[in-house]
Amino acid sequence: MTNLRAELCQSLAKWCQTHIEPHMEHDDEAGKFRMEIFQGLGEQGYTGITVSEEFGGAGLSYADYVAVLEEMAKYSVAYAVTVSVSNMVQTILLNYGNEAQKQKYLPALTAGTEIGAFALSESHSGSDAASLKTTAKKVAGGYSLNGTKMWITSAGIAKTYIVMARTGGEGAKGVSAFIVRDGDKGFSYGKAEKKMGWKTSPTRELVFENCFVPEENRLLAEGEGFKVAMGGLDRGRVAIGAIGVGCAQRALDEAIKYSLGRVQFSQPIFDFQGLQFMMADMALEVEASRLLVQRAAELIDGNQSPSKLASMAKLKATDTAMYVTTEAVQIHGGVGYTSEYPVERFMRDAKVLQIVEGTNQIQRVVIARHLKKEYAP
Amino acid sequence: MWFFTPEERELQKTCRDFARAEIAPMAEKLDTEEKFNLKAFRGMGDLGVLGITADPEYGGAGLGATAATIVMEEFGKADPGTTLSYLAHSILCVNNIDKNASAEQKAKYLPKLISGEHIGCMAMSEPGYGSDAVGMQTKAVKTGSDYVINGAKMWITNGNMADVSYVYTRTGAGKKDLTTFIVEKGAAGFSVSKEIHKMGMRTSPTAELAFQNCKVPESARVGQEGDSTVHMMKNLEIERITIAGISLGVAQACVDQCIKYAGERKQFGKNLANFQMIQKMIAEMATETEAMRRLLYTVCYEYDHGHKSNTLASMVKLQLPKMATKIALDAIQLHGGYGYSREFPVERLMRDNKLNEIGAGTNEVMIMIIAKNLLKDALKE
Repeated sequence: MTNLRAELCQSLAKWCQTHIEPHMEHDDEAGKFRMEIFQGLGEQGYTGITVSEEFGGAGLSYADYVAVLEEMAKYSVAYAVTVSVSNMVQTILLNYGNEAQKQKYLPALTAGTEIGAFALSESHSGSDAASLKTTAKKVAGGYSLNGTKMWITSAGIAKTYIVMARTGGEGAKGVSAFIVRDGDKGFSYGKAEKKMGWKTSPTRELVFENCFVPEENRLLAEGEGFKVAMGGLDRGRVAIGAIGVGCAQRALDEAIKYSLGRVQFSQPIFDFQGLQFMMADMALEVEASRLLVQRAAELIDGNQSPSKLASMAKLKATDTAMYVTTEAVQIHGGVGYTSEYPVERFMRDAKVLQIVEGTNQIQRVVIARHLKKEYAP
Repeated sequence: MWFFTPEERELQKTCRDFARAEIAPMAEKLDTEEKFNLKAFRGMGDLGVLGITADPEYGGAGLGATAATIVMEEFGKADPGTTLSYLAHSILCVNNIDKNASAEQKAKYLPKLISGEHIGCMAMSEPGYGSDAVGMQTKAVKTGSDYVINGAKMWITNGNMADVSYVYTRTGAGKKDLTTFIVEKGAAGFSVSKEIHKMGMRTSPTAELAFQNCKVPESARVGQEGDSTVHMMKNLEIERITIAGISLGVAQACVDQCIKYAGERKQFGKNLANFQMIQKMIAEMATETEAMRRLLYTVCYEYDHGHKSNTLASMVKLQLPKMATKIALDAIQLHGGYGYSREFPVERLMRDNKLNEIGAGTNEVMIMIIAKNLLKDALKE
């Protein structure tokens, strides 16, 4: 790790210990998101890491960014996810927005005074995203949006939304991308999902009823929306992988600490070989996942296609998060099952990492597609 | 299973219908609210399953491990939490009283426990003694014709609402100086010190119990001083077998739910059922469930026919909960975003089942026991 990166992570850890950790047990049970925490992360410079300084970002590398996300996820997977989705919106604006769009929306996002959200999924189009049904009909001066988006992370707390809607025929080529703002007429929030984990991060439906969006809020040309949606995907996958590594690392830390202190049959349970083997395997998986995530981030920084490695990193790191958190609960025994210890929360938070940004089944499809391309040109 | 008796088949059907009507519809709501399904519990009394293994003389059904496991599986499909409370009542409390207590004690406690008028619990674990339960420190000291109990009991299923508690205590310094008492609700010096908030099994209340100079009469003692270890050993197998039964219910409920969802959910223009990856997940989870069902009920059959095996009971307690967590995680995965939401039961089944890998002996303790049994002779060297 570079000195700068190590310093970034250390001061972030210190900040999270005082500002996030004390709230998590309560806020998880209550499903409470705190805007002041997000804004605090912004003031500390963690909400716009990869965006250039011109738009208020820190102008750092993707490898720096994944290290920061990992550290943040050790305290709260939910806040790390909120930061990563908002970062993805920034990347989309940076890569596909015109100068006016960048000037208008980026500074508040990089500063962390506002949150960004991304709306692609619908009730009948999850993995099969290109079959989405929300429409954007051309009207004078812009578009009229109609439809419902589902499972939208940060819905209700975000101000800037990147929304995918259909302007043309069926399939990916009929989709366009739009910027919609909180409070726009005809745009409201639907049902809040009751979830197993990620409880401090709100997930809701977005409802569009004749919602007018001015032409200037379209990203790229009509029909190029899927390019926008897919353009951020590889980076998003690596980010979720990094969050998976942080989630797993925290559970491992807790398991080791607990097993060194807990005495049964007159010895610390760490001294039982059965538990030593569990923890050695867990540590191995965490380290392997971290290396894969870092390697994928380096490909992004080197402008090489990260696609295959991004899928591998996401798949491996999130499977590791599920495995390690489940074992950490097991090592804690009865207390691990209660909300007094954090491991059960990390276990519940880990599960959805295997589902978002392309389910781990879809990652396998992507990896196989690359293999076929490499071996049967 | 082909070897179920007509009576066991009838029981299976009755319990399945009861679970669908009385348990399943309330599960999601009560899980969210962290509340016990008292109405269903009373209904189980009318159904006649609260004393499933107990002597018919006291109102019990007088059935064996197979019957008890059938109830666990059927109830477990609908709500593992309610089923865990049922297990703590009927197996940990009622069955222990039935097998170990005196005729007077049975006549006093069993009829109301079996009718559902009273709720029972068993108290063994302590904050510092979980896996190492026999190291327990709650003390009972003889003073005149009474005993005075002091200490704390942890992770007590039904503890906050039990009318009758089957409590293990220490009456001497030796490893086996353990003595059991039946303590009634409201006894002076006996209280609930904390309710425990859990990841799953939220429809089954868990409490920490406190004994502060709690005085109980000699007539509350089960058997003689120092009898607890022998009493405990008698019922270990059926306790492990029945908790594995809840996990069988979880696994089967997940398989059923996945098959249903794969036939309904369309992506890329076809049902999920058409994708080979989904087929593999369902084929594998169903295969494991069937393998475990056959292992579990074979162990039950042998138990009921006089072949108790500590090793086999520990093996099913290890393997079924472990398998069911894995299947439930896969079931969430197969449901995607919907599986993570509380609209579908699979995330609840996963959270609930994780406890079965910890309660009534962790996986790691099962491994220790199995290994110790298998390596008995080799360990002597």
